[in-house]
Amino acid sequence: MERIPILRMGKNLLVTIQIDMQDQTALTLQEDIASSIEQNGAHGVLIDVSALEMVDSFIGRMLVSISDISRILGATTVVVGIRPAVAITLVELGLSLGGVKTALNVERGMQMLDAAARGA
Amino acid sequence: MAIPAMATELADTGSAPLKDERDIVHARAIVRTLTIRLKFSLVEQTKMITAASELARNAVVYGGGGEMRWETLAEGIRKGLRLHFEDKGPGIPDVEQALTDGWTTGSGLGMGLSGSKRLVNEFAISTKVGEGTCVSITRWK
Amino acid sequence: MRPENQRLADLLREDQDTILRGWTAEYHSYTGGRGLSQNIEAEQRAILKALETGLTADADTSNFDTSAWTALRDTLARLSSARAAQGETADVTSGFVLALKRPLFDGLHRHRDDVDGQIAVVWAASSIVDRMAQWTVSTYQKTREDIIVRQQHELLELSTPVIKLWDGVLAVPVIGTLDSSRAQIVMETLLERLVNTGSALAIIDITGVPTVDTLVAQHLMKTVTAIRLMGAESIISGIRPQIAQTIVHLGIDLQGIITKSTLADALATAMRMTGHIVTRAS
Repeated sequence: MERIPILRMGKNLLVTIQIDMQDQTALTLQEDIASSIEQNGAHGVLIDVSALEMVDSFIGRMLVSISDISRILGATTVVVGIRPAVAITLVELGLSLGGVKTALNVERGMQMLDAAARGA
Repeated sequence: MAIPAMATELADTGSAPLKDERDIVHARAIVRTLTIRLKFSLVEQTKMITAASELARNAVVYGGGGEMRWETLAEGIRKGLRLHFEDKGPGIPDVEQALTDGWTTGSGLGMGLSGSKRLVNEFAISTKVGEGTCVSITRWK
Repeated sequence: MRPENQRLADLLREDQDTILRGWTAEYHSYTGGRGLSQNIEAEQRAILKALETGLTADADTSNFDTSAWTALRDTLARLSSARAAQGETADVTSGFVLALKRPLFDGLHRHRDDVDGQIAVVWAASSIVDRMAQWTVSTYQKTREDIIVRQQHELLELSTPVIKLWDGVLAVPVIGTLDSSRAQIVMETLLERLVNTGSALAIIDITGVPTVDTLVAQHLMKTVTAIRLMGAESIISGIRPQIAQTIVHLGIDLQGIITKSTLADALATAMRMTGHIVTRAS
């Protein structure tokens, strides 16, 4: 089973999902991010899903969970790079990922995390 | 590419087991290869793969395992893909409820069912408590 | 080789010119001057050649799907596609093929055999020409359908242009009724452009949409939600007073989407939202 790497960039964590994940991989990622926030005192988590061709309800719920868990731990999460076809499918599925901050790309996402850190 | 293409030749009809979560990933790869072959648009591909992922997961997680069968369809010049997800699991007691409430209560089963229904052109489900469930979905090009 | 096939193949070989003349005459008498005037001789010879190939390979005249008839199927498909693209009617195109029967029957009559043999060979000739005509019609229809689908798509694309209003601000003026296929195209095109241009904001102007019912509202909501999912924002502009009333009457929940009555207002808001200040020069 593959483990998604978590990179540290200053006070932010950067997660790039590039594989078609098994359910367990996604669950492990959730745990890893929570531990990493705690270990590093991270303020922000950026999850790059621009390589994902599909986001189903399982991955969708994973993203919501990560966002909720990070918030409780004091960090902001931004999901970036949702592809148009994926966005259209998510809407049709009825998953609006409420509560999850999103941005068009990594650059915008980082700007959002910086703004959140300053505001906090 | 996040979802790998099939390494071996895929026939126009066939079946694949859905025993554990690795099979869910495998099912996605199969559907991706088939939809590309049928020249579905990017959005049509994504919808079909996502629907397949939902139903495959249902079969594995709630149905105790099962199989996915596929068939490419041709009606004159219209091309399509039909997928069947069958398990010998507990069955669904109230399909109507699963299709509507299942969504709002956030239970995985209902989510997968009602969600997939919206992603495809044809949706059929036959289920019997204690015997199992079969969900068939079809998307036309 | 089947005796019918032999006789037909011999006929095609020995009497080709007579058959061609008879075919042309029959075709013109059928179409009565309709149909595009063009040199059909090349086409006729190609068809007869492919027909002869199939017959000498002893193909079954009652089964057109076999590989022995491939050359003939291809020749006919090329003919019907060309005719369809040129705007020829299905009627004239199939009539062209069917007109081959007469000269074939005449030829068989000239070299007639015993009664049983004659019936068999006439039947074979009729069979094969019928199948040729059926095949021609179905490939003709496919070409027409392909053309229609392509034109529909072009029309849909033409009627939903995505315009860059400013740095980071895109606009889509929707003209005409917003049905599902239209809404789908608007959504897909808009989302794609948002990513490509890195725009943060999309203005969807519905001044040109005559009616807004629950269905149209649903399409708009889906588009706005998808845009939001991707991390951008949207404004819906061009909402006429009647539409505003309809929305309220129908109890449609706009879920916090920003709406403006004019594109101008929407642009002003968009500039503000993207951090621009607009001042007059003097």
